[in-house]
Amino acid sequence: MAAVMPAPASSRLLMSGNEAVARAVWESGVKVAAAYPGTPATEMLEVISTYPDLYAEWSVNEKVSLEVAIGAAYAGSRSFCCMKHVGMNVASDALMTLTLTGVMGGLVIAVADDVGLSSSQNEQDSRYWGRFAHLPVLEPADSQEAYDMTRFGYVLSEKFQVPVILRMTTRINHVKGLVTVGEREAPGAAGFKKDPARWVMTPAGASKRIPLMFERDKALRQMAEASELNRLEAGADRRVGFIASGPAYMHVREAFPNAPVLKLGFSCPVPVEKARQLAALADQVVVVEEVEPLVEMELKAAGIEVLGKDILPRSGELSPQILKPAIARLLGEPVPETTVAPPMQVFPRPPTMCVACPHLGVYYTLSQVKNLTIAGDIGCYTLGAGHPWNALDTCISMGASMGVALGLDKGRGEADKDKRILAVIGDSTFMHMGMQGLLDIVYNKGNVTVLLLDNRAVGMTGGQNNPGNGYDIHDNEAPRIDFVKLVESLGVKTERIHKVDPYQLPVLFKTIREEVKVPEVSVIITDQPCVLTKAYHKLKPYEVAEDKCTGCGNCIEVGCPAIHVTRRGKEVKASGREVDLAFVRIESSVCTGCGLCLQPCAPKAIQHHEPVSPIKLVKAVEEVAQ
Amino acid sequence: MSANTNILVVGIGGQGVMTATEILAEAAIALGYDAKKTEVAGMAQRGGVVSSHLRFGDKVLSPQITPGTADVLLGFEAAEGLRWRHMLRPDGIALMNTARLVPPVVELGLFDYPEDPIADMRKSGTRVVAFDATTIALGLGDVRLGNTVMLGAIGDHLPFPAEVLLEGVLKRFQRKGEKVVEQNRRAFEAGRAAAKGA
Repeated sequence: MAAVMPAPASSRLLMSGNEAVARAVWESGVKVAAAYPGTPATEMLEVISTYPDLYAEWSVNEKVSLEVAIGAAYAGSRSFCCMKHVGMNVASDALMTLTLTGVMGGLVIAVADDVGLSSSQNEQDSRYWGRFAHLPVLEPADSQEAYDMTRFGYVLSEKFQVPVILRMTTRINHVKGLVTVGEREAPGAAGFKKDPARWVMTPAGASKRIPLMFERDKALRQMAEASELNRLEAGADRRVGFIASGPAYMHVREAFPNAPVLKLGFSCPVPVEKARQLAALADQVVVVEEVEPLVEMELKAAGIEVLGKDILPRSGELSPQILKPAIARLLGEPVPETTVAPPMQVFPRPPTMCVACPHLGVYYTLSQVKNLTIAGDIGCYTLGAGHPWNALDTCISMGASMGVALGLDKGRGEADKDKRILAVIGDSTFMHMGMQGLLDIVYNKGNVTVLLLDNRAVGMTGGQNNPGNGYDIHDNEAPRIDFVKLVESLGVKTERIHKVDPYQLPVLFKTIREEVKVPEVSVIITDQPCVLTKAYHKLKPYEVAEDKCTGCGNCIEVGCPAIHVTRRGKEVKASGREVDLAFVRIESSVCTGCGLCLQPCAPKAIQHHEPVSPIKLVKAVEEVAQ
Repeated sequence: MSANTNILVVGIGGQGVMTATEILAEAAIALGYDAKKTEVAGMAQRGGVVSSHLRFGDKVLSPQITPGTADVLLGFEAAEGLRWRHMLRPDGIALMNTARLVPPVVELGLFDYPEDPIADMRKSGTRVVAFDATTIALGLGDVRLGNTVMLGAIGDHLPFPAEVLLEGVLKRFQRKGEKVVEQNRRAFEAGRAAAKGA
């Protein structure tokens, strides 16, 4: 993204939590910021990259991004790293030793928990990392706090030479609220000071750092007890006192405006004494936290009587309408009557692939090949598990398709002896964590056909650049990886590597059919860009010639959202079998002419929306091919 | 502290729901209100359901609208109004585009799209003003004016003058020249008229 003129200090701006963090990072004089895209964290680095005078990068995965930030912090510069919750699982190898070395320049790591799983494969509570790695955790409750706590995070980080975790959730990252911004501090870089005892973590060196970490824990606990970020708010209605952090605090304040509340902002180490103060002035204490009963368990362990997950949901987002009845029940009051009519039963709208998405061709083809077990991965192509394709059998974590496919191959029982094992992975996911898995398949002589869907972008998070498309975070040219060479150098035989246009269904079908029969590893690379990126070129739209459509419904099986049923019918075949008919039309205003749907159309009823000269068509096809 | 105004804007990914809510939020802020805007979007870019919450007032705490407390439901797609009507307070109003966007799961025959979702909303007791924003936009010369028609529709259902919102809308198009600004002004007024007339 291009650099923009930052808004002047003291401006009051409508900002998402992500935008607020980005502004605070820039103002804190951060020199290096790195991340791998992931919902709901992505916009932090996207926005940071638009600020002047700092280095920002899309890293190939979260572990590398954290390591880049660590290096910059070792060099004495302030640095920043952000990721979605599952990203920290990847980065944690570095994190768990980083806690022993600490940092020189301030380091804030923003971790975004997708509470309620709006676009993730699991739900995690990243506050655990603070306990696991002995690091302070800050928890903003809105955009202004996201800004303030990021600024404070750098002060805290440098005071204790400790990396600081900023724990966010979707309701912080993506909620927009007003933020008053400030001035930028000049970046300072103290310079790297050689100190092997500090920076080289051998067993002997690391063991000496452990007691220092425990000392730091004590000092941090004292600071959390004294911190204004942990605020005791008095309230007249003392029947229930609340301890809450993050968005849960806002829900508590909204639902119980007169209750005493301990608002946790500096929530790890937990300020136990402050919790005791609250307990002393309220009849009962309820801990309201998303999502695990972490503070609750720690307070119980400290001998403070609190309630929490015994009366509140264990997973998902909290809200005033969840809290009010739960507390009413606790107090033995009548549960507030809801005047709300129940939601109407309406058809679902599961996320689907875009019109003309190059993955449509791949999944249509896979749905037509029998006897496959398909290990999937994380990205838009995970949607291949849904209708109409139902052509994805596993999805677990970034890059897992490779290892899982090998395991499916090696672990196959008698019943699966004739099954063909496939792995489907996208370009960015392959570079993130899939390459090692492919190497493992090659090395251990696995019988797996890998479909590497190169759409030249990190699609699901909004089409970010990556080493596969030859552009950096600023859209400047960057070295572009050659997937054929990369796969070849990992040991896949040259004759087992095929580059295929996913819009050419017969070629794709033939290639897949042939490669699954070969008892060794093959890689089929598809090479058309994501339709939401500027690399994609639209072609002339198609329409259905009503008089030619026989209602066979083959085109619907492609799964393109531009195809709509106009009427349904039934036909009795010569064999006496009754078949359903679905006559269709194409929404030509959104069709971009990829031509996938006309390939399975037996009566050739799909034609260009307007007559187009063959010369123009050839040119357009060439344009796409380039 | 006076009660917050709660506005729910709903539709499907790619329709411009989130941008419309943002323009509404900016208008509220321009008048000195505190405001919070939040979405339940999920993987909305892929044609999923989007519901965008806007709350404004002296001070906004929770960003989410509690079911049964929305003052206005602005619906970009007919069936989405049906999906979210329970969010309205009993005397709230739904301003509905009659556009029907049918998802692949319906085309595949797995689910049914309601025959007349607007009529279903009315039958269930919801106060609805319905209009065809797409046709209005096409009548003004550009289908892309549909979102401005939608914003015009809510213009007279806010606790502040429609002109404040109109100004915010037009500011977005200033860079595109006087002709585009004028087109959007007409689209906004057409939306206002549509929401009054029904």
